[in-house]
Parts: sequence; C-alpha cells; structure tokens
Amino acid sequence: MIEIKTFLHKEFLMEWRQKYLINGVFLYTSSTIFICYLAFNIRGATITPIVWNTLFWIIILFSAINTIAKSFLQESNQRDIYYYSLASPGVIIISKIIYSAILMVIVSTLALILYSLLLGNPVQDQTFFAIVLFLGSLGFSSSLTMVSGIASKAGNSGMLMAILSFPIIVPLVMMIIKLSKNAMDGLDRGESLDEILVLLALNAITITLALLLYPYLSKN
Amino acid sequence: MTWMKQAWWKILSVVLLCYAVVGGLLLPVPALPILNETIRVLHFHVPMWFGMIILFMISVYYAIQFLRTNELKYDVYSVNFTKTGIWFGVLGMLSGMIWAKFTWGEMWSGDPKQNGSAIALLIYFAYLVLRGSLNDQNQRARVTAVYNVFAFATLIPLIFILPRLTDSLHPGNGGNPGFNAYDLDSNLRKVFYLAVLGWTLLGVWLATLKIRIDIINEKIEDKELAIS
Repeated sequence: MIEIKTFLHKEFLMEWRQKYLINGVFLYTSSTIFICYLAFNIRGATITPIVWNTLFWIIILFSAINTIAKSFLQESNQRDIYYYSLASPGVIIISKIIYSAILMVIVSTLALILYSLLLGNPVQDQTFFAIVLFLGSLGFSSSLTMVSGIASKAGNSGMLMAILSFPIIVPLVMMIIKLSKNAMDGLDRGESLDEILVLLALNAITITLALLLYPYLSKN
Repeated sequence: MTWMKQAWWKILSVVLLCYAVVGGLLLPVPALPILNETIRVLHFHVPMWFGMIILFMISVYYAIQFLRTNELKYDVYSVNFTKTGIWFGVLGMLSGMIWAKFTWGEMWSGDPKQNGSAIALLIYFAYLVLRGSLNDQNQRARVTAVYNVFAFATLIPLIFILPRLTDSLHPGNGGNPGFNAYDLDSNLRKVFYLAVLGWTLLGVWLATLKIRIDIINEKIEDKELAIS
C-alpha cells in the first residue's frame, strides 16, 4: 500500500516537473473538440443527441489512447530495472493504472466542459452522465495501461498501440455509449443497472488480468 | 500398428468430414420458411466457429504453458494454433456472409454476432502484427503470449455476453426460430455434432502439421548456423 503511494507520488512529481503529458493531452483533446465544432459548423441545437454522444466518446477514446500510450514512454529501460528491484510488478502496474485513471478523469471532465460549451449539452441526467464518465475513464485506463505496457515492449509505436487496443476496448465502448445514452434520455437509473454491472465486471476482468500478466511482461 | 495409435483421429476426421459433406448435402432437412435448403450451411458455417474457439483455447493454453515454463516450443504451438484458428474464423465469416445474402438479403447487416466475430478477427490480426514487430525470439514469445491471454479473456464477453444484450438476427436469437425449434426429425443434429468434431479435428491436424514444419525449419537453420 505504501509502495503504491510512493509510486503514485513519483508519477505525479514527474508529471508536475515536466507538465508535458497533461498539457499535451489537454491541448490534443481541446483542439479535436474545436475541429469537430468547426467541421460541423453548427450550434449544438441542430446536432442530434446520438451524434453528440458518439462523437464525444470517440474523442475521449482517442485522447485516452494517446494519454495512456505515454504512460510507459517516460520510463527508460535502466530505470525500469531499478523500479523492479524496488517493488513487485503488481505494485507498479496498479499504481500506473490508478495514475492514468486520475489523469483520464481530469481530462474527460475538462473535455466534457469544453464540449458542452461548444456543441451544447442535451444530457438530462447530469449526475448519472458524470458517473458514466467516471466509470468510463476507469475502464479505459485499466485496459489501455496494460496494452500500453505490451506496446512499449515492441518499440512503442503509436500505430501498434491503436491496433492492439481498438478491438479490445470495443465491448467497453459499446457499454459506455449505451449507458450514457440512457443518461441523456433521463431514463430511470434502475434501468441501467445491468449495464453498470457488466461495465464493472469488465473492469474487474481487465484489472485482474493486468495483475496476473504484467509480472511476465516485465521479466527480462 | 503403432501408426494406427497416432493416426486414428486423423482417419476419424476424414471419415466424419466425408459423412458431413455427403450427409449434410443429401440427407432430408426440415423445410422452413426463409431458411429452406440454406439450413444445410449449419454443417459448414457453425462448425467453423466451434473450431475457431477450440483452436484459440488450445492456443491460450500453450501461451500460459509458455509463460510458466519459458520453453520456446510452446510458443510455436501457440502461434500455429492461432493461425489455424484465424483461417477457421475467416472461412466462417465468408460462409456466413454467403448464407446471409440468401436469408437476410444482405452480406452484412450489422448483426451483433457478425460485428463480434469481425472484432475477434481484428484482435488476432493485431496479434500477428505484434509478432511481426518484435525481433528477439524470447521477447516476442513472451509479449505475444501475454497479449494472447489478455485478448482471449476480453474476447469472451464480446462473443458470449454482448450479443445476448441486444437482439440478433441469428436463428435462435431475438424470437427467431432456433436450432431446437426446427430440429424435429433430429436428422440435422445427427450430422451437425459429427461435423463439428470432424472440422475441429481437421483444424488440430492442420496446426500440428504446421508446427512440425516450423520445428524442422528451426532445426535446419540451427544446423546451417553451426556449419557456417
């Protein structure tokens, strides 16, 4: 537990000193949103809710892939070996997942604010949409962190990260889009219980797998 | 008679497949609206998916074996079962598309099972790309084994859970008549189960042949290196 805290502290400290990732990602997301706004060239009122929802999650998906692809980039090989002498691989992957989850929650919240500002906000159940956003960020970070670890072993090309993660992330994206559509329509929250459970189960599966498999990946 | 001990399942596969082709095309089938004679695709299309899943399972088993023991032969086993599984998946998708053309009117109608299988194939194509991007033999084996297990575990919800959350056009889903509903004379079932067994055995046979070729090639390369 203390180890996880130390590693998290180290991640934040590194981020704070460079401020490369958070600035880069936020600029990436906001310029994507701005391009979408210009491309549609319309006020939010005329964009249909389904398009609004899908577009938003696609933007979040791409930002997530770009953010989390970087989570292993900063680590040079020698430093990796040093970390593994300090803590078990499980601790490292868990702290990476927590770190990228926090980062994704911040990025997606800021993205939602900017997106609503430019393209309007047709959501009826705001609190529930925020919960979905939180669960979605959590899900993205847990499965993408593991994929990023795999891609980093193979030279960390952006293309590899994308092709490895897209098919894996599809069930998650589909569940999230369905859930957030429910939130947009202001459906009774009890209606979405099944989807939330599936979402949590998917998260649990990926985190367990990451814990089980990462030790093999880090072995050199 | 030692060859019989090793080859009996290959002979069984050939016999079963002959039976599946002849019986599947000639035995009487129940006449059903829309499906009509296309119901015979059951003996060729569905076994491809069964075969694919079984081959991927074997591949995951060997991937786990590799991670436990670090022996490269398990990596050769694992990748060749995956490759054979991909062939089964492609054939299953093509046969399904031809069938869908005649029953649903379109090659691709966005059915959840169709989409799911397309994504499953994407996962395994990505697996092959990942293999191609790594040069060191040991690292390639380890990284792809990890991806194999990770991808397979995420494939399960894709294929088994998600299609059940929405209606599918496939027989047996969303109010469409299912396998059991038109299986009154059990003629279909008689061929179908044997066809599944036959196709799966053929898949395993293909994979073992490829494994042996790979291992022989490796030995030849080693020898050439030793000579030069």
